[in-house]
Amino acid sequence: MQIGYYPGCSQEGTAKEYDKSLREVLKVLDVDPTEINDWSCCGATSAHVTSHKLSLALSARNLALAEKQGLKEIFAPCAACYNRLLTSKNELQEHPEQKYEIETIIEEKINNIPEIYNIVNFFQKIGKDKIAEKKKIDLKNFKAACYYGCLLVRPSGINSDDSEQPNSMEEIVKATGAQTIDWNFKLECCGAAHSIARQDIVVDLSKKILDDAIKHGANVIVVACPMCHSNLDMRQQNIKSKFSDFKEIPVLYLSEILGLALGFDKKQLGIDTHFIEFNLPVRNDVQEVSA
Amino acid sequence: MSHHNTTHVRTISDDITDITSQNPELCYQCGKCSAGCPMRNYMDDAPNVIVRYIQLGLFEKAMNSATIWLCAGCLTCSSRCPKNFDLAKFMDAVREVALRNGVKVKEKTILKFHKAFLKQIKNHGRSYEVGLVRDYKMATFDLFSDVENSPKMLLDGKLNIFPHNVKGKDKIKSIFEKTEVKKCK
Repeated sequence: MQIGYYPGCSQEGTAKEYDKSLREVLKVLDVDPTEINDWSCCGATSAHVTSHKLSLALSARNLALAEKQGLKEIFAPCAACYNRLLTSKNELQEHPEQKYEIETIIEEKINNIPEIYNIVNFFQKIGKDKIAEKKKIDLKNFKAACYYGCLLVRPSGINSDDSEQPNSMEEIVKATGAQTIDWNFKLECCGAAHSIARQDIVVDLSKKILDDAIKHGANVIVVACPMCHSNLDMRQQNIKSKFSDFKEIPVLYLSEILGLALGFDKKQLGIDTHFIEFNLPVRNDVQEVSA
Repeated sequence: MSHHNTTHVRTISDDITDITSQNPELCYQCGKCSAGCPMRNYMDDAPNVIVRYIQLGLFEKAMNSATIWLCAGCLTCSSRCPKNFDLAKFMDAVREVALRNGVKVKEKTILKFHKAFLKQIKNHGRSYEVGLVRDYKMATFDLFSDVENSPKMLLDGKLNIFPHNVKGKDKIKSIFEKTEVKKCK
């Protein structure tokens, strides 16, 4: 299967393991991702909170490049990139005068904007049967809390998922043999881009999410967004220093949990670069995965 | 005195409507947005109150609130609004208009973060964390907090020492020059 790939900035930096694990997994699932040539930042939070046109234009440049490259479908593994690209696509299609203005700004024409998938929708498209077929290890003892965060399924109607009770990620994770837990915070905000400027807020919000997952019996959290991962994994260090009774829990990218089921080890998937050590037994017959 | 009642004097509300393509009058103040807002505890005014300020013409109150900067853009409100009012987009517009009007920003560190982030994009086309942290720290004079996680990230190769410059760097710069909101304190 061919698909256009918009990695997004994090995949080259703070979320390198997300990119690494994703590429390994896609290879096994016979998917050949084509990177958008010379893609640039989607504008992220900082663009849309300061200038509407800047935000539209930065995303539109990437959509125009994808179209020029002949890509009919693209996927963005970062939930925030996905949301920005899709929001721009919808606005450009709904407001022709705005589209004209943005075309002038980016000096590119936009005619047929590609279909845009988030990573969960894209794995749905590949199919859980395909994942089950290629599965080498049954992740039976995983009790996964699937965390959607804000931008995978909102605003309501952005894709086929229910914006209050989505279930698509659970469906994919179950294909690895893992159990998924029912919990309350799968859509609660982690504080997102406030991580640096208002770390206090992010620590509070992330702690609530992690506590709820643990309370409902999870032994791992699965995410589909570099920002969510950074707040839920890295910020556990800060949570621990603020709340001495806090119990830590590992956080995996969706591509990493799939990778484990497909037989890759922690290092091949970059799981060893997380802040919270991942030491769940991957096979039922062993207590500890060798490093 | 001549009569000008047929001429509509443009207000900040019109600027907001231009940006959002939606009428603030749509909101009937049920408060569902504020009830589900994850940032409400940290805000001064509740999110629905910001809409009310605009409806009543109390633009300064809206633009001076900490709320507009604390909104994380999580879209919970936009998803749940019974009137289909996209409040997250509205918040974006109030912030933008506040910047255009040079309003003194209440949550200074948040704006400094956004500016430091956008500076990297403007210069390189993609995010550059080392530059972002450097510029943010220079702007806030807060050099030593939140550095404990950096050594591990450097070792794991997650903080690139040098930026990646996209080929279309000049185009990105020109996009910024055409769209950036400049006037702000």
